[in-house]
Amino acid sequence: MARSTGKDAQALFHSLRSAYAATPTTLKIIDLYVGFAVFTALIQVVYMAIVGSFPFNSFLSGVLSCVGTAVLAVCLRIQVNKDNKEFKDLPPERAFADFVLCNLVLHLVIMNFLG
Amino acid sequence: MARSPLRFLVLILAISICHAAGIFHPISDSHRSAALDLFKPVDGSFASLEEAYEALRTFEVLGIEKTAELSKAICKSVLGTLESSSSTPKDLFHALGVNGILKCSSKEETFEDQTSKTDLHLSDAEGTFRSIKALSQSDGRWRYSSNNPESSTFAAGIALEALSGVVSLASSEIDQFMIGAVKNDIVKLFDSIEKYDDGTFYFDEKLVNMREQQGPLATTSSVVRGLTAFSSVITESLNLPGDKILGIAKFFLGIGIPGDTKNFFDQVDLLACLENNRQVKVNTVLGSHAPPLTVTLVRAFSSSARDNSIIENQELKFDPQDAVYFLDDLPASFDVGEYIFVFKMLVQDSEQQTVYATGTLTQVPIYVTGLIKIENAKIAVLDSDLGSVETQKKLDLAGESTVSVSANHLQKLRLSFQMSTPLGNAFKPHQAFLRLRHETKVEHTFVVGSSGKKFEITLDFLGLVEKFFYLSGRYDIQLTVGDAVMENSLLREIGYVELDLPEPPENASRPPPQPVDPYTRYGPKAEITHIFRAPEKRPPEELSLAFLVLTILPLFGFIIGLLRLGVNLKNFPTSAVPATFAVIFHLGIAAVLLLYVLFWLKLDLFTTLKTLCFLGVFLMVVGHRTLSHLASASAKLKSA
Repeated sequence: MARSTGKDAQALFHSLRSAYAATPTTLKIIDLYVGFAVFTALIQVVYMAIVGSFPFNSFLSGVLSCVGTAVLAVCLRIQVNKDNKEFKDLPPERAFADFVLCNLVLHLVIMNFLG
Repeated sequence: MARSPLRFLVLILAISICHAAGIFHPISDSHRSAALDLFKPVDGSFASLEEAYEALRTFEVLGIEKTAELSKAICKSVLGTLESSSSTPKDLFHALGVNGILKCSSKEETFEDQTSKTDLHLSDAEGTFRSIKALSQSDGRWRYSSNNPESSTFAAGIALEALSGVVSLASSEIDQFMIGAVKNDIVKLFDSIEKYDDGTFYFDEKLVNMREQQGPLATTSSVVRGLTAFSSVITESLNLPGDKILGIAKFFLGIGIPGDTKNFFDQVDLLACLENNRQVKVNTVLGSHAPPLTVTLVRAFSSSARDNSIIENQELKFDPQDAVYFLDDLPASFDVGEYIFVFKMLVQDSEQQTVYATGTLTQVPIYVTGLIKIENAKIAVLDSDLGSVETQKKLDLAGESTVSVSANHLQKLRLSFQMSTPLGNAFKPHQAFLRLRHETKVEHTFVVGSSGKKFEITLDFLGLVEKFFYLSGRYDIQLTVGDAVMENSLLREIGYVELDLPEPPENASRPPPQPVDPYTRYGPKAEITHIFRAPEKRPPEELSLAFLVLTILPLFGFIIGLLRLGVNLKNFPTSAVPATFAVIFHLGIAAVLLLYVLFWLKLDLFTTLKTLCFLGVFLMVVGHRTLSHLASASAKLKSA
């Protein structure tokens, strides 16, 4: 039974991988960016766990910048994805412009909070 | 017990006049030194002739020597005033007064000139006399002038002086009737005299709205000056009530030493007038010797038993060497205590009786002190119920030794002693206290009761447990026995008692808080060193740097991943203008990020926002251009 579960998991993983290969490159870029941001956040959390949370505001700003930019990237991905019926009429450049603008605002706030 | 015979010295100077409250001293050296202090010449001479006159008269009366330079300087100003023709009558008056004292040498002619102007012999003396007399009032006072309806006692004094001057300068005799009328006025004036409770008499103004209100001192002195001047010029004597004159003298002596030069002058001048007229009591006011007198001790009685007089009508002997009257042979029954002695003084020489006015009976309180014997002092601890003595110790109250006893709350403490006077009578002191003081400074005081000669106090601790706040431990015992006539009053720590009291119940009252030693409460406190907040523990620098590198790593991972994905820049516009805009767009974003870095490093929010405004607007314009170009390009590609 365990073997079949393991085999099922492997099969699932393979199918997921092949399906992912079909996604357009732009989306893959965005996914990569999101992964990068989250990973950076994780490293910061690990650091905080080691040395303690002083100064707490710096930790928060670091983590929140990563998380924020990841969220914005996800929004961009949703809007740019051609398969998404909701944003059919939105040109991707416009979505990208929003992404850039929101990032800039986020980072201004982050820089202020960094201390 | 030896008893020394008391030789009872009565110092006249000390007795003078004493009526249970005030004692009046005659003029003494303290007056003289005060006079020297007050009448200090400025720059070698006095400011005005009036001041000079006052100072010199005071010095003359008190017998103080004047310096030679002072006399010379004053003489110069006096002569100047007498010679000048523009001196006012007041200046002339003072100058003549000073001259009388100092006897400055002057040329005869100058006097002739002056006197020819001021009539030495009044041709119309009667007329002048009448006009001054016309200003008198019915109550004995005088008006200042015919225009002014107000009358004053001060003016009466001035008027009497003026009248006496007129009489002395008169070429013919003044009508005796008029002099009699003035004498009546003087008698009426004396009716208006006021007195204080301690027997002093003085003159004062009745009305308050007088201009230049004179105080009682100046008023009385002016009246007496006038009286003495008047009595010296008339032939027969004035009959003035002796006790009122005495009262006036008492008033002036009672002032003590006045601080003001004017008051001082008034006081001394008046006393000189009285002295010169010899209307004064046993020791004359200025302290000169009294004439031969008999001083009788009429009665002496104890202040507590006023009816029994111990001594009656004893004459005091005179000791010419010390000029004192003393009483020899005090009777044996004089015990310690408070007495009142009543004296009467009579002038021996009958013809001098009219000259001197003596006080009537004077009372003097006398305290006879002596050593009181305290003996048989014991302290004992008794058992409560039976009254049997557990411990008993003798106390030596005269010595320095202390005793120590111990007791618990079921026992009693008894202190007893006997007191008697040198003559063996019972003696009740003003104070007889026993005080117990705990280690915590809580105190309890008790009065020692007496019956006859025996003094005893018993402290029953059973009843006192609550009063003592249930405090056990060591109590210091302090005994106080004192009285005004007791020469050996004592306040002594006689030892301590260890008291064992039961535990206090829950609702027992606590002892009152004792006053804290002010030095401990308000004195300097311990120095405080400020403890700053300990800085947070920071991680070691190597660890932080390591994690910095670790954080940068995902960026590289991202770039590598991008490359793996096969990212390219094919869609970058190639033609000139869009390319420029695209480049500028990217540069704009880079600039904004750089601005953020600068903001973190050193800029503040305001400058950042200001710069961001410009950059943002610029970026939006450029971005819009670039992206719209891209959008149109992709739209073209889609449609195509």
